[in-house]
Amino acid sequence: MSDKKMKPIWFFVGMILMVMGTIIFLNGIYLIIHPPAVSTVLANTHPDIWWGAVMMLFGGFMFLKTRKQTV
Amino acid sequence: MQAIGLSFVDWTIIIVYFAFVLGIGWYLRKFTTNEEDFFLAGRKNSSWVAGIAFLSANLGALELLGMTGNTFKYGMYVAHFYWIGAIPAMLFLGVYMMPFYYSSKIKSVPGYLKLRFDEKTRVLNGIAFAIMTLLVSGINLYAMALVLHTFIGWNWDISMWISAITVAAYVGLSGLMSAIFTEIIQFFLIWFGLFLVSILGILEIGSVKEIMTRINELNSQVSFTTLWSTSSNPNLNGMFVNWGGIVLGLGFVLSFGYWTTDFLVIQRAFSAKNLRSARMTPIIASFFKMALPFIVILAGLIAIVLSKEPNSGFKLLHDGGHINYDSALPLLIARYYPSGLVGLGVTALLAGFMAGQAGNISAFNTVWTYDIYKSVLNKKASDSHLLWMGRASTVVGVIISLGTAYWAKSFPSIMDYMQAIFSWVNAPLFATMLLGMFIWWITPSGAFWGLVAGMSSSFAMYMAVKFHWFSESIITMSHVQSDMAANFWRAWWAWVICAGVTVIVSLFTKKRKKDELVGLVKGLTEENYDSHLPFLKRPEFYAVISLIVLIALNIMFW
Repeated sequence: MSDKKMKPIWFFVGMILMVMGTIIFLNGIYLIIHPPAVSTVLANTHPDIWWGAVMMLFGGFMFLKTRKQTV
Repeated sequence: MQAIGLSFVDWTIIIVYFAFVLGIGWYLRKFTTNEEDFFLAGRKNSSWVAGIAFLSANLGALELLGMTGNTFKYGMYVAHFYWIGAIPAMLFLGVYMMPFYYSSKIKSVPGYLKLRFDEKTRVLNGIAFAIMTLLVSGINLYAMALVLHTFIGWNWDISMWISAITVAAYVGLSGLMSAIFTEIIQFFLIWFGLFLVSILGILEIGSVKEIMTRINELNSQVSFTTLWSTSSNPNLNGMFVNWGGIVLGLGFVLSFGYWTTDFLVIQRAFSAKNLRSARMTPIIASFFKMALPFIVILAGLIAIVLSKEPNSGFKLLHDGGHINYDSALPLLIARYYPSGLVGLGVTALLAGFMAGQAGNISAFNTVWTYDIYKSVLNKKASDSHLLWMGRASTVVGVIISLGTAYWAKSFPSIMDYMQAIFSWVNAPLFATMLLGMFIWWITPSGAFWGLVAGMSSSFAMYMAVKFHWFSESIITMSHVQSDMAANFWRAWWAWVICAGVTVIVSLFTKKRKKDELVGLVKGLTEENYDSHLPFLKRPEFYAVISLIVLIALNIMFW
């Protein structure tokens, strides 16, 4: 194995969840302001906002915790 | 059906995923400098990394579309695949078998057969595994094409080719390490991308209890909501199988055959940094495996309720006059997810298929390179040449998978196709491994001819039923049949035939000396693994906890 140190996988997992969660969360807010012509079932519960927020927080925690680690 | 459109935000999510996967493949390329890096990821992973990758390698199309579709078709009996059909075997691997695998420093499961028996047994299993892997790899391509076809409206051919080229690119970059990284990302994306389907389904219908009640009202004669209480009579459950088929065929032969001998998953444990981490790999994975029915089984049950509700507007797709059971999950995503989340759901499915296919291809390139190419065709190959061969066989493997994808498309359900393949290869191999690892006097000739007899008889039984040479009831010992019940029983008979021939031939052929088998056979090997560790850190402790959870779940849904 190369002697070079690499970032742990948890760093990448945190980053991708944080990025995707942020996009979904912000899009959910946009959809409240500009509702789509055709709604999905249970659209009134705004799953994109709360689920996006959960992803963003979970990913952000993993990203911040591992950003300085190498393996 | 009209294709489900993707918005700009959905496309953004999908593009972010592809950029990450290819970027990680490129990033890891500089850490892949020799053949051990490419094929074994440098043997430096923690038990958590190896454990999640172990589970994720199995968490491809089979688990997502296939299991949700099968729940629609067979009911809650499909949960047996996650519980009795997986957990005991995973724990057995971690507690008893992993020390023999890991400590012998082999690079593949066929490599163990070479050490324990001889070269011809290794090559036979290597060829069978390579063929099986490419067949299974085709499933992932087919499933990925199904998603692209359903959501975006692309045709099957273009979808399969684009998927294949993408996987070939990133597995070719950095081998097993790249596959493991993407498998772990896929694991999280699947939970975040698909568990929401179950949550929203429960919200729409009312509760889990309400889902069960409505299904029971729809099917008063056959139970779709129990695990064991209707297993005494095959007429009473949706899978038309009795407890004997579940316990012997699925719980014992198919499950142990897959989880304890299939190099695709075991390769992840080989990447662990030490023996304890390798033993913990399947044990950690067992906890996550037990949780998966809360995505796939629940989604399948929700789909049953909605499809029987006249006003729900939910209906599975039809292909060529047949119900396409595998379309259940994509249609639920389309039902519940607004833009943005649709992109996440599609990405979760794509990630599952890509990781599943990458797992098959990385296992294929290892077995091809070490157990066929180096073992038979070029015994003096250098390390750098083997690294090149690993990359070349990745591309060739993906191309062959394309052919098998078209075959997979002709099956009514993905899981029927999968179990048919496993019953040909893994079921007899489990007999060989079990006997070889625990009985010292099993001979190389016994193992070889046992494997030949087991694999050929399983395939012959499959063909005989498929072309109506004889009735399926001869195999299943029941007058009611389903494809899945036939798979369970065929696996059982293949195991019995392989074990019987192996033992009989071993009685009359030359045995290896005991001192040659130290480290390879239980009873001849000193067993003090992890005995220096405190009890709470030993793999056995966590295996017992996993077993307790398994029993509790089975009682809960009895």
